[in-house]
Amino acid sequence: MSTETTTRPSADEQTPDAAPAVEVRDLVKRYGRSTTPAVDGLSFAVRRGEVFGLLGPNGAGKTTTVGVLTTRVTKTSGLATVAGIDVATNPVGARAVLGVVPQRPNLDRSLDARGNLVWHAAYHGVPRAQRGRLADELLERMGLAEKAKTNPDELSGGQAQRLIIARGLMHDPQVLFLDEPSTGLDPQARLFVHDRVTELAASGVTVVLTTHDMDEAAKLADRVGIVDHGKLLALDTPSALVAALPGEATIDLTITGADVDVLTGRLGELRGVSSVEDLSGEAAAATHLRVGCDGEAGAALPPVLAAVADAGAVVSQVELGEPTLEDVFIDLTGRGLR
Amino acid sequence: MSAPVKVGPGQGRAFLGVLGRDLAVTGKEFGSFISQVLMQPFFLLFVFGVVLGQLGYVTPGYAQLLLPGLLALNAFFVAVQATAIPLVIDFSYTKEIEDRLLAPLSTRLVAVEKIVFGASRGLFGSLVMIPVGYIVLDEVNWVLSGLPFAAVLLVLGSLAGGAAGLVLGTLVSPRKINVVFALVITPLLFTGSTQFPFLQLENLRWFQVICALNPITYVSEGLRGALTPAVPHLPGWLCLLALVASCLLFGAVGIQGFVRRALD
Repeated sequence: MSTETTTRPSADEQTPDAAPAVEVRDLVKRYGRSTTPAVDGLSFAVRRGEVFGLLGPNGAGKTTTVGVLTTRVTKTSGLATVAGIDVATNPVGARAVLGVVPQRPNLDRSLDARGNLVWHAAYHGVPRAQRGRLADELLERMGLAEKAKTNPDELSGGQAQRLIIARGLMHDPQVLFLDEPSTGLDPQARLFVHDRVTELAASGVTVVLTTHDMDEAAKLADRVGIVDHGKLLALDTPSALVAALPGEATIDLTITGADVDVLTGRLGELRGVSSVEDLSGEAAAATHLRVGCDGEAGAALPPVLAAVADAGAVVSQVELGEPTLEDVFIDLTGRGLR
Repeated sequence: MSAPVKVGPGQGRAFLGVLGRDLAVTGKEFGSFISQVLMQPFFLLFVFGVVLGQLGYVTPGYAQLLLPGLLALNAFFVAVQATAIPLVIDFSYTKEIEDRLLAPLSTRLVAVEKIVFGASRGLFGSLVMIPVGYIVLDEVNWVLSGLPFAAVLLVLGSLAGGAAGLVLGTLVSPRKINVVFALVITPLLFTGSTQFPFLQLENLRWFQVICALNPITYVSEGLRGALTPAVPHLPGWLCLLALVASCLLFGAVGIQGFVRRALD
């Protein structure tokens, strides 16, 4: 009985060179006779306690990658480990240390909400005496205490998702995989799920989530891997990804009463300004200028406004454009529909 | 590494957890389970054993021949249905089985659990036919010393049924389940030597050959040999051998099919 408790590599947090929570190296997955692989030489590593986002358009290979890591999809080649356990050679060991929140609800409808949690714990060898207490605790934490006896069929989408997350946590996994965790949820449920994810990460659980929602990735993930056509296109913190974007921050000015050519010349000489573009239409009453900035748009704003005032012009509208993860995403994966 | 050491007891516990879930769900639905199991054999026994007997169309001894056959039928059939039908739905629509596929248990053992669970339902469904037989029929003349061998046959018949259910459940798509059940289940129902002794089919050789391919034949015949040896029957060792062979064959094909459906 006591063997179970010794299997957890509990000292890993203290060892800096411990195996990463998740490692994928040169992973390839080709389905059946398909000519193009769903995952095509993917490599990345997730640190312990990190929230890692896999971002990509539909069909990019995110779900397949998670499928391999959660032992449900067999790889074609490469390496995939969870908590240092090779998922291909030791799937049973890997299942003990990972939790899964799938894209589609798969709750057991022959059991009530609490039964789903309790039996899940039984599959994972949680001692009988602890199962009920753990289930009640998690139901409480997920705001489902009143739904304990409810059949999964009668839960709303958000409640079902919370129950699935609770189920994934019943066996105290080291790594939790969330596949599109908030697709189809209303804003309240989404926010609740986001808060739980943040909470989990704070408690030391490594979280790997896939999403095509930029805001979600930017908000939750410590680092984001952008995937398309089964390949990793970029991997960094959301802010670093945005900063590296070849596109830049912009200041859009609507002004009147100035000699546009003179003003354009002056603006172009300012430090922090990389380009000035006249966007006004021919018949426009006001002049519309787009000023491209090297750094943040906010930093370049005061000198730009000063130069406009010097030229005797009146500003009627200012709009700052900061690039977002969405721009990075579109820049890397293109605008084509999938 | 210490991995193989911990895997042993862990998998055993996970196996019991998964089996426990299935048994608990059956327990919750016990009423509907028992009525499903009893309805068909009860009417078969009543009409063929009692009604036709009283009308004089069948000889009085026919019920004695029929009852062991119905035990055999239920052992196999209830097991097939208990394994096949939920699997078809699980794999195709609800994916409810995923949580068990993600238990720390090898996928093959999840498949074995499905067989064992189906078999336990089949065995139960067969055993409840005994009191039903005693109630419906005027008299049941069984050689009680044959009961242990009969029990072995029923266990093997149920396991073969569970394994056959695994084959069906993993091979058949839900759109075809109705057709397949009609095309497979009905013939199995009437070619299992349930309603007649196999050896007396010598004038219907082609039908006898078909019956020889149905595993239920060997449960029925074996039970007759054990409980009602006066009725002509196949030798016990042959029945045992055939049932072990069916378990192994269906088991191997079914487990392979299960792993194929469970993993992409």
